[in-house]
Amino acid sequence: MIDFQNIYPEIFLIMSTLSLLMIGVFFKNSFALVKKITIFALIICIPLVYVNFGNQILVFNNSYSINVFSNLLKIIILISSAFSLIFTGQYLKRINIEKFEYMILILSSTIGMFVMVSANDLIGLYLGIELQSLSLYVLSSLDRNSLNSSESGVKYFVLGALSSGLFLYGCSLIYGFTGSTNYLMISENLSVENLGIIFGLVFVIVGLAFKISAVPFHMWTPDVYQGSPTSVTAFFALAPKVAGMGAFIQILFVAFKGAYVEWKSIIVFISIASMILGSVAAIGQTNIKRLMAYSSIGHMGYALAGVAAGSIAGISSTVSYISIYVVMNIAAFTCILFLSREKKYFEDIRELGGMSKNHPIVSACLCLTLFSLAGIPPLAGFFAKFYVFKAVIESEMYMLAIIGLLSSVISAFYYLRVIKIIYFDKNKEKFDEMSGFGMKFSLTTSSLLILFYFINPSLLINITDLASKIFK
Amino acid sequence: MIDISLGHYLFLAAIIFTIGIVGIFLNRKNVIVLLMSIELILIAVNINLVAFSVYLQDIVGQVFTMFVLTVAAGEAAIGLAILVVFFRNKGSIHVEDINTLKG
Repeated sequence: MIDFQNIYPEIFLIMSTLSLLMIGVFFKNSFALVKKITIFALIICIPLVYVNFGNQILVFNNSYSINVFSNLLKIIILISSAFSLIFTGQYLKRINIEKFEYMILILSSTIGMFVMVSANDLIGLYLGIELQSLSLYVLSSLDRNSLNSSESGVKYFVLGALSSGLFLYGCSLIYGFTGSTNYLMISENLSVENLGIIFGLVFVIVGLAFKISAVPFHMWTPDVYQGSPTSVTAFFALAPKVAGMGAFIQILFVAFKGAYVEWKSIIVFISIASMILGSVAAIGQTNIKRLMAYSSIGHMGYALAGVAAGSIAGISSTVSYISIYVVMNIAAFTCILFLSREKKYFEDIRELGGMSKNHPIVSACLCLTLFSLAGIPPLAGFFAKFYVFKAVIESEMYMLAIIGLLSSVISAFYYLRVIKIIYFDKNKEKFDEMSGFGMKFSLTTSSLLILFYFINPSLLINITDLASKIFK
Repeated sequence: MIDISLGHYLFLAAIIFTIGIVGIFLNRKNVIVLLMSIELILIAVNINLVAFSVYLQDIVGQVFTMFVLTVAAGEAAIGLAILVVFFRNKGSIHVEDINTLKG
């Protein structure tokens, strides 16, 4: 018998998606109402996950696992989805995509991410990935009258579908050579001498690396980030990364723990390549959304370094890195959504010139966020990098740690360049005043979290340690 | 007559898979061809899964195939919809014309 109380969050989200769809279809001009209810539903879902936080149980014939790790990631996903709606402010209205489908798609991709982080079976993982990606393809091309948006949709769709194909081919090989699609059965029947399994593992890693935009499968990221509407870009930078990293950790540490030596070198390569490309390729960028795309590629590299360490401390550091990354991106994208003059939005970083004179508070917050993204103490971003490199050094992978530190120094250049433009360049016109409670709220909370994280860092560490203990 | 073994099926699937991948990377003409290449990749996966399922005497592979077929149908629908939107804005679906975003 299935104990239904463990999957209440999923049931609740599916039910609210379906009923919101009905509200959207049958009531005219219901965008504002649907948006409010969506945010409300996402927030209500957090206590629903929290009620069963400590449970460790397998449901649906061992194909769906509820445990501390997946519950923690679900809470982070819910928070980031909710914030990606809260901080949009007037943006959707101004660029004229006030469609209720936006909320439905966000909700259904959130359900997909839930399935991804909880899946204990390749079929479940595949369905989760597809539910998430199909919603994201549509979201990225939601601004139907904009060439950029539809082009980013085409690019994202073609490369996303290719990555799903690669992932599936890997799944079929793993199924064939281990005789099961269940993670537990796979780990039981795993033999590292079998080339078919290793081939399948490589394909699966490639498919998942596409989803978290790690080098060398990152080509879609800058284009899709630039072309999509900014609020959608913000969503791309937040929740799918958390879910992808969760799926990565689940499959590597539950199904393929026995093949650590085999996948370690692949993950180390992906991690180093992402860190270097993320820091070098962003130097020439002037579009702030492309800059954030390269920045997120780099950050995924650091987060994967924790996975490559292969220890409990490594997983814990990756999860804390991802949580802090989410908070920093919420702050950064709130500032990007703020950059409008007379209802027209700007993406060029030169438009930020002298922003500190007209908007001292927003500039201070953006400056704080950029320092944190660059990893300067005592801000939260420094601690995130510190935990990862501590775990990497404990696993005696000194090369990875050294390259990571060097690339973090290089990446500081382009973050500092933006700060220099904000504070020292020639004064440009004033931006519109920040409208609405949502933007102020998300900017204030995220900046305060970044600034005062150092007061009690053990709060986050205790939770992530607890979550990663299940992979013993 | 030669007996058709598991290896033959896997080889066939590998060939179709490779044609799909090469089709995506070498195609310089039309986006529709990209969609067809993606379908080829998924077909290769299905052949693999069914062959393994029969070989292992295990039904899970065929269940997986049904899921893949269903999702592939949805994926094709969404892909074509996005393509129609792109065509309305650009007036062309040549791969070379997908070049507004770069840097």
